[in-house]
Amino acid sequence: MYHYDEYDRALVTERVAQFRDQVARRLSGELSEEEFLPLRLQNGLYLQRHAYMLRVAIPYGTLSANQLRTLASIARDFDRGYGHFTTRQNIQYNWIELERVPDILERLAQVDMHAIQTSGNCVRNISTDAFAGVAADEVLDPRPLAEILRQWSTVNPEFLYLPRKFKIALCSATEDRAAVMMHDIGLYLYRDTNGEMLFDVMVGGGLGRTPILSQPIRRALPWRHLLSYVEAVLRVYNRHGRRDNKYKARIKILVKALGIEAFASEVDAEWEHIKDGLAELTEAEFSRVAANFVPPAYLPQPATDLGYGTALAQDAQFTRWVQRNTHAHKVPGYVSVTLSTKPGGDIPPGDVTAEQMEQVADLAERFGFGEVRVAHEQNLVLPDIAKADLYCFWQAVCDAGLATANIGLLTDVIACPGGDYCSLANAKSIPVAQAIQHRFADQTLLQDLGEISLNISGCMNACGHHHIGNIGILGVDKNGSEWYQFTIGGAQGKQSALGKVIGPAFSAAEVPDVIAHLADVYREQRIESERFVDTVARVGLEPFKARVYQREEASA
Amino acid sequence: MNNLIRLGGEGAKLVDADPWMLALTLPEDSTALLILSLSDWLARQPEAVLRAEQISADAVCLQPDDEAEQLEPYLAVLPLIAVHFPTFRDGRGYSQAYLLRTRLGWQGELRAVGDVLRDQLSHMRQCGFDAFAVREDKSAEDALKGLAGMSVLYGRSAIEPRPLFRRRDTL
Repeated sequence: MYHYDEYDRALVTERVAQFRDQVARRLSGELSEEEFLPLRLQNGLYLQRHAYMLRVAIPYGTLSANQLRTLASIARDFDRGYGHFTTRQNIQYNWIELERVPDILERLAQVDMHAIQTSGNCVRNISTDAFAGVAADEVLDPRPLAEILRQWSTVNPEFLYLPRKFKIALCSATEDRAAVMMHDIGLYLYRDTNGEMLFDVMVGGGLGRTPILSQPIRRALPWRHLLSYVEAVLRVYNRHGRRDNKYKARIKILVKALGIEAFASEVDAEWEHIKDGLAELTEAEFSRVAANFVPPAYLPQPATDLGYGTALAQDAQFTRWVQRNTHAHKVPGYVSVTLSTKPGGDIPPGDVTAEQMEQVADLAERFGFGEVRVAHEQNLVLPDIAKADLYCFWQAVCDAGLATANIGLLTDVIACPGGDYCSLANAKSIPVAQAIQHRFADQTLLQDLGEISLNISGCMNACGHHHIGNIGILGVDKNGSEWYQFTIGGAQGKQSALGKVIGPAFSAAEVPDVIAHLADVYREQRIESERFVDTVARVGLEPFKARVYQREEASA
Repeated sequence: MNNLIRLGGEGAKLVDADPWMLALTLPEDSTALLILSLSDWLARQPEAVLRAEQISADAVCLQPDDEAEQLEPYLAVLPLIAVHFPTFRDGRGYSQAYLLRTRLGWQGELRAVGDVLRDQLSHMRQCGFDAFAVREDKSAEDALKGLAGMSVLYGRSAIEPRPLFRRRDTL
């Protein structure tokens, strides 16, 4: 974990005081709403359908147990007892009063947290792999450089009024679990044969109305140039990005308009001016930050644990959970565990109660090293659990209601808050997710369908990332009523792909049936253990369309 | 201009009598000292000014669409450069200021004009502005409170070329 020093602490403390004053001036009428708007957005505060929503940053998804307890206390004392974890490793509180926001921020500052730049046309929270630092397939820990980027981008005066929001993600594992290719800047971090840290830099990704996957702009960027290169990209974007139309203002539109080569040469020309000299990162700074991320004191584990083996042999439910919800760890004898926030029922995906947060914090201390992660899929991760403790741990997770064995399965739905909360939404997301989870509650069926990502967005702003779901559902408004358009074949990770629309939209009531038809076609068409997305890639949309729309006509 | 704050050796001060007038459209006739749009400025200068051999009587104002580099040939003869913020949400002026100070070497007055408000003043200052024509319906005295901003800046700025990681251990 990164521990704040006096500079970091001074910044968040002064920021709270500054925003307290701005809120007071808004309440007194001294600041107009128009003047206040970007100020509150840059402090994470949105005005939603019913109340203010506060989005708190969880930089690169890493939390201490104590920080999670603070998030729980905020849910309890300032909200309705729960919080909503997002795809970009933030937490959102949906029922916030403006007057109390400075007190919330003050409470966050006490545990080295903030809500700075979680919204607004600026560089947002830096995100990465939830298994950073522990994944077996990781090349090196991306978190020190993520923290360095977080600091550099925080209240960077030149880049606070960009044409539009700006998202950066890093990944340094074989598998990209950070959706790097849908970010404005995506960074693949690796080492060359001499051990030098390098980046492959991607630019111009983003979803929204015009979904575009990022393109490579520079290969093998030495880590020392990280900040100057990002600065060059941002300066070119700040100067030349469109500002006449908010739907054409993301960097992806500029990159597309210029073409990647022309954009890259603009960036290179800018970078030439700044790449060497004071902006260059130093070994000392990297070491200072990296010292915060030294691995915990893992205990040597027996090569085979008898108790664990017995539990696997005797408890099928436990075994299923281990198969679905644990992830391979760097250190022998350990696993990382994903706690599912998607049990179905009336719980919206990503929602966690204050009590659960406290339970997770306790579990992190009792079984792990006091650390918790937030995953892109809106789940929580305990990164370091010894296999020897796993059965006991699982029972405690069951008690907390976070042991649904559905990670990566159809019911592990990614969904935005949708029309229940969000004033931008065209349609509700949560009831649709719940209806699907209800329809596919049968574990045997669910396991048989295997890996399918299902993403739901309540409008084309695409917070549920529907474009990159194997099945994507987009809420649309047709003459004042809510309809749902389906895409299939989307994927995230290094094989990222944008899903293709299968045809006209459906009503909310029809959605579970449509999924069932898609699932049927997959089961008929799949070859051996082929995944849903691979079947779609192989057979194309037609068999799926034929079934979905034929049935609809027959029933009409 | 009214409502002007200027930084100086002894800190920030309200300026009582500023002789400059912002004239983004060229007035018919005026005896005031004018801050002109780049195209008007270029059109009005005698040859000697354009050859950078004579100080200009007029100041220039960059609009967001202008490039700071366009001023490079004239930096030696400009009395003042203004940067216009048509709305405070348009952040191009920050990059223009930063480039003028750090790359083009402008050392004269750099004045923020337009939608210039208290809550952005510290960012403007860090990007190199040293004069701020606060929007006329706002109190410049009140805006002074916004100049200091926060004590910590992680990155570099026009007034502090070293990022914090090069200053951290000097404490």
